[in-house]
Amino acid sequence: MKEVTIRIRRSEPSVSSDVHYDEFKVPVGEGMVVLDAVHYIQQNMDQTLAVRWNCKAARCGSCSAEINGRPKLMCKTRIDSVGDKITINPIKAYPVVKDLVTDVSHNYEIAKKIPPFTPKEGLSAPFKMFQIDVTRSKEFRTCIECFLCQDVCHVIREHHSNYFGPKHMVKVAALDMHPIDAIDRSELLHGEGGVGYCDITKCCQNVCPEDIRITDNAIIPEKERIVDHAYDPIGILIKKVKNRRW
Amino acid sequence: MSSKHEFSRLKTDILIIGAGGAGLRAAISAVESGCSVIIATKSLLGKAHTVMAEGGIAASLGNVDPQDNWKVHFKDTYEEGVFLGNWKMIEILAKEAADRVYELERYGALFDRTPDGKIMQRAFGAHTYRRLCYVGDKTGLELIRTLQDKVAHSNAMVLDEFVVSKIITVNNRVAGAFGISMRDGTFKLIECKSLVMASGGLGRLFKVTSNSWESTGDGLALAYRAGAVLMDMEMVQFHPTGMVWPPAVRGLLVTEGVRGEGGLLYNKEGERFMLRYSPQKKELDARDVVARSIYREILAGRGTEHGGVYLDITHRGAKYIKEKLPSMYMQYKEFAGIDISKEKMEVAPTTHYHMGGIRVDPDTNMTNIEGLFAAGEAACGVHGANRLGGNSLVDLLVFGRRAGISASEYAKKVKQMKFDDSIVNEEIDRIISFTENPTSTNPYILIDQLRETMSKYVGILRSAEDLQKALDTITGLKGKARNVGILGGLRFNPGLIACLELNNLLLSAELVVRGAMERKESRGAHFRNDYPNLSDEWHKNILFTYNEGKNDITFQDVPELPDYLKDLFKEGQA
Repeated sequence: MKEVTIRIRRSEPSVSSDVHYDEFKVPVGEGMVVLDAVHYIQQNMDQTLAVRWNCKAARCGSCSAEINGRPKLMCKTRIDSVGDKITINPIKAYPVVKDLVTDVSHNYEIAKKIPPFTPKEGLSAPFKMFQIDVTRSKEFRTCIECFLCQDVCHVIREHHSNYFGPKHMVKVAALDMHPIDAIDRSELLHGEGGVGYCDITKCCQNVCPEDIRITDNAIIPEKERIVDHAYDPIGILIKKVKNRRW
Repeated sequence: MSSKHEFSRLKTDILIIGAGGAGLRAAISAVESGCSVIIATKSLLGKAHTVMAEGGIAASLGNVDPQDNWKVHFKDTYEEGVFLGNWKMIEILAKEAADRVYELERYGALFDRTPDGKIMQRAFGAHTYRRLCYVGDKTGLELIRTLQDKVAHSNAMVLDEFVVSKIITVNNRVAGAFGISMRDGTFKLIECKSLVMASGGLGRLFKVTSNSWESTGDGLALAYRAGAVLMDMEMVQFHPTGMVWPPAVRGLLVTEGVRGEGGLLYNKEGERFMLRYSPQKKELDARDVVARSIYREILAGRGTEHGGVYLDITHRGAKYIKEKLPSMYMQYKEFAGIDISKEKMEVAPTTHYHMGGIRVDPDTNMTNIEGLFAAGEAACGVHGANRLGGNSLVDLLVFGRRAGISASEYAKKVKQMKFDDSIVNEEIDRIISFTENPTSTNPYILIDQLRETMSKYVGILRSAEDLQKALDTITGLKGKARNVGILGGLRFNPGLIACLELNNLLLSAELVVRGAMERKESRGAHFRNDYPNLSDEWHKNILFTYNEGKNDITFQDVPELPDYLKDLFKEGQA
């Protein structure tokens, strides 16, 4: 059986500052993915190796990592697509808990800040919606919350600014493009959401395992809405007139 | 070893174990009632096995086929569950299904639409009419996200990556639960007035399975050890179509939606064999029938080189397939290097669902332990001997909600039960004994052996001889399991979780096998080579009760249908 060499970054920051790579030789069967190799190591060579996984079918977005420097799902990356020497790092945008496991809880805090779906008032239920309108929001609803887009976003990765990040822009787009949603979230994005930091390098949409066109279809339209909202001079004038107390 | 480990205390009205569809829906009702709620989940929020549900959610909206109504849904469910289901629960399911689907839409879910703007419905195995509301082939994902959002904006507290290792009861009443937080390796005691078990099934008992890492029978074992009665444990559903090649993804689900959208099954010789096994319903017969047919074709030597049969959807064309079955398209492309719009898929049955589980009261979802409720796959009663596709997602919503409401009502009535910390200290000692143990047995090896055994001997076709072999192996593994342990400590140590899971898996496996040995007939998903016929004598539920380390087995007659439901089965009705 063919063997590959797997190098894995090991650390447990709450215990010690030691960071090192362990190397394992793993036999490879047909169709094996990187997560299979990690499981092999865990079961046969080093039980203490920490990894987060769940469905092993590219549906849940738990097993994100950097494989030979590229952010990927370990369960969706076939070993024969990455070569004989494979280095696995945890995703870099979040603090490491242990080995390949990172603390992504920050994302759940942001999720709480995004106003939930709120239907327009006065609609009779069951709602009437058409496929063409529904389709617009559907792309964003395939998000599996793997946080790979957050990982490659250099605003988050390097500048630690308060930008919510691409994953949350996808969420906002899913809500904003719901045919009967009534809430305007652009003020939130413009202010606390920090979407202005995004300079549309499209790194996020290049790594999305669900092929969501995050920059093109979510971030840019949201930025355009903000422009309409906050910078359109005629719009600002109308608002001023409307809000004026006579 | 005396325990000096610290643990923290949390108090809540209601503790919900599991954050899949049932757990989250229960949480929403419990929060609405004004109770405090903690949700404990083994994974991160939003990763539960429900996300993998593909085809749809069954509700007789009648948007596509106006003749459909709850009575037909009842009839289909009861009949295809081969009369083993609890009629009261099925009636509740069929009647409340539509409300729950529309409610989900009000929460923000976006279903595919009919041309006139209603929720679209597709055909599915053994549903008389087109009944499954769907979101492409990612219905479960939409369901989870919608409920997850609702919970995130509520005051429910979520303990994620938290493994519950014990349920605490006092005088047959729920008092709390204890477990370990994986992320920081700390112990937590959660005192609660009522507890909803929504922990899912036991698919990981088998080597070939569509189930995620969560489905290790944890909730069943926890409830059972606490005294709850389990029922019909032998009823394990094998989904007809799982991937077979490459080996690394063997068992991965191929949605019934493929057949719902017109996919056809062929053997190696190019024969559309379902015409022979089921001339009426063909590919869209109930899952047990299709799974057995495929299995028999393979046994008869008419399988493909990798031990499957062909599933063909190419006639639908690339555009249609990518729109209706995007995940399937991706799955075959990425994992097998096959374009399903041009080539046939290779499929074979895979362990998918557990119809058996914790026995509950049909009206309240309470178990025989006061204050302990169960819902979703962990509970038993709706699906009988065979679950229809789409009936699981609706089960989660209907009974998740009902369990949440009942648990709230109960919590408002009672006081918190008091108990002594010694229970907790014993549990801490038990968990710590697995760690830093270099001379111990590797839990993964035992789990592997167990899964291998279950797939080999307790699969689609069972016999007394095979079941005995399985039981012998399980007994052997139970002995070895006393010495399991791992290196490393408490923080995010997957090996430690494997040790805890091993005991739950072994217990669940034993009950599945014992149930299968007892049931000397073939009914639905349970097929005995040595008793190939349905038997009136076995129109019974098999009950398991934990009795000081032993399993007491008793039987109860399946509750008889009332006259107004019996009438449905007379010709010309419904």
